[in-house]
Amino acid sequence: MIDSNMFQLVCFYAFAAVTVVAALGVITLRNSVHAVLSLVLTFFSTACIWLLAEAEFLAIALIVVYVGAVMVLFLFVVMMLDIKQEQVREGFIKYLPVGIIVALVMLGEMLGLIGVRAMHETVMGANPAALNGVPVSNTEWLGHALYTQFLLPFEIAALILTVGVVAAVVLTLRQRTGVRHQQASQQVRVNARDRVRVVKMAAEVPVAPQPAPGKETTP
Amino acid sequence: MGEQLINQVLWPVLGILAIVLPLVITVALYVWWERKVLGWMHVRMGPNKVGPFGLLQAFADVTKLLLKEVILPTSANKVLYYLAPLIALVPALAAWAVIPFNDKLVLANVNAGLLYLLAMTSLGVYGIILAGWASNSRYALLGAMRSAAQVISYELAMGLCLVCVLVLAGSLNLTDIVHAQAGKKGIFEWFMWPLLPVFVIYFISGVAETNRAPFDVAEGESEIVAGFHVEYSGSAFALFFLAEYANMILVSFLASILFMGGWLSPFPASWGFLGADSILWLFAKVFVFAFLFLWFRASFPRYRYDQIMRLGWKVFIPITIVWVLVAGCMKYFGWVTVGTGG
Repeated sequence: MIDSNMFQLVCFYAFAAVTVVAALGVITLRNSVHAVLSLVLTFFSTACIWLLAEAEFLAIALIVVYVGAVMVLFLFVVMMLDIKQEQVREGFIKYLPVGIIVALVMLGEMLGLIGVRAMHETVMGANPAALNGVPVSNTEWLGHALYTQFLLPFEIAALILTVGVVAAVVLTLRQRTGVRHQQASQQVRVNARDRVRVVKMAAEVPVAPQPAPGKETTP
Repeated sequence: MGEQLINQVLWPVLGILAIVLPLVITVALYVWWERKVLGWMHVRMGPNKVGPFGLLQAFADVTKLLLKEVILPTSANKVLYYLAPLIALVPALAAWAVIPFNDKLVLANVNAGLLYLLAMTSLGVYGIILAGWASNSRYALLGAMRSAAQVISYELAMGLCLVCVLVLAGSLNLTDIVHAQAGKKGIFEWFMWPLLPVFVIYFISGVAETNRAPFDVAEGESEIVAGFHVEYSGSAFALFFLAEYANMILVSFLASILFMGGWLSPFPASWGFLGADSILWLFAKVFVFAFLFLWFRASFPRYRYDQIMRLGWKVFIPITIVWVLVAGCMKYFGWVTVGTGG
């Protein structure tokens, strides 16, 4: 008999192991395209873990947004770059102390957070994904929560993202002179009459060439 | 133990086979049909030597491809080069898990079916990008770049189209979406009427997503030979081919299910066999869309790259954003009633 809980646990550890190995690959692989691909694998296995936790919306959104769009752009950029591998390794020793300090600070903060959470151990409340006591799917519950309880933060987040998009466009927009643009509307409005003129001409009758005397013997 | 094994392993595997095997055969026939239709539209015969009406031509081609050597270009990235066709194929097949063929006939009736489809279709582009990069060829890389930009652009428009559908249907479950299109008015209950612009945009984006003509700049045989798969041969090439055609059929299925009522009959129920909802109606609708792919290919010249980008970003996305709003109003003010039941 396959115990379903046991199976879920095995799956969790398998996905978690893949996530950790792939995340290690992101920072250790020398080829930058390989590193991006293992970041994709990290996201994918994280999504699998979330699916195990029945957070289906978050899991699929992670794949749609990060794997399907953001990482494709990443890959796009990294593939265009022509990075010399030696150059990347050059500053390794120089930046190692800074890296270790940052890592230690992050470790301390994470441990502190875990400690705080452990001290204020809360009993799991009622299933948050239950609407008026009726359990609904994770997606439905998130939709309700986002558009009722958290409407204002949700809209503010959307606004901030829009500002980010506008800022990115403004930063990269260069006004260049002497650039010719095509006006699609004008192109569509063009008539064949304006572009091509059909000219009626009388057919020219070719004059039969007179063979020059003495030049008959061609090689 | 035995019963559990049968219920949880054997039946799903048989179900998967029951979808994938007919799909592969359909792809072969679809290729034959494409060549026939293109031939007729060019006033040619099309394949007519192998088997009756040339029907076995596609199978002969498959056999030939499988027997050919897979050539690895010099200094190509070996692992990714062999992995790329699989990465292209797996999402193309995995998406079929949530497609409902009928009221009951569905492999996985998941609630987030539409989201799952969006996720799977967005993964397919990795196969193309990796193939282009791992081939270590200029043409392949150019094709991959074009494809990546194109797929990302049209995915946005496609996603917004799906938002319109789910606003009206009020569900992400594909079976429920079809049920929401049932009603007394028959064909006029289908989502293609209130969402007509979105329906057109969805199908055009689907053509662009699958890199088919007139959006096939990723292959662009007159400029970059064959784009991302220029270095591929034999069975690896066959896998790309299979993925592309499976995706075309998938887009046809989705357009039928989301906008044209899936298996619902367009005629009133009193018409007997013609009025009955059946899987045959779904197949008939799918056939129409699948035929449109071929018709487009025979009719239109290829878009230029910048024109593709313009169409996606400046035309489709604004229209769909406005129509999301319109669909919201339709739902909120009750201009469109859904799910009245057949």
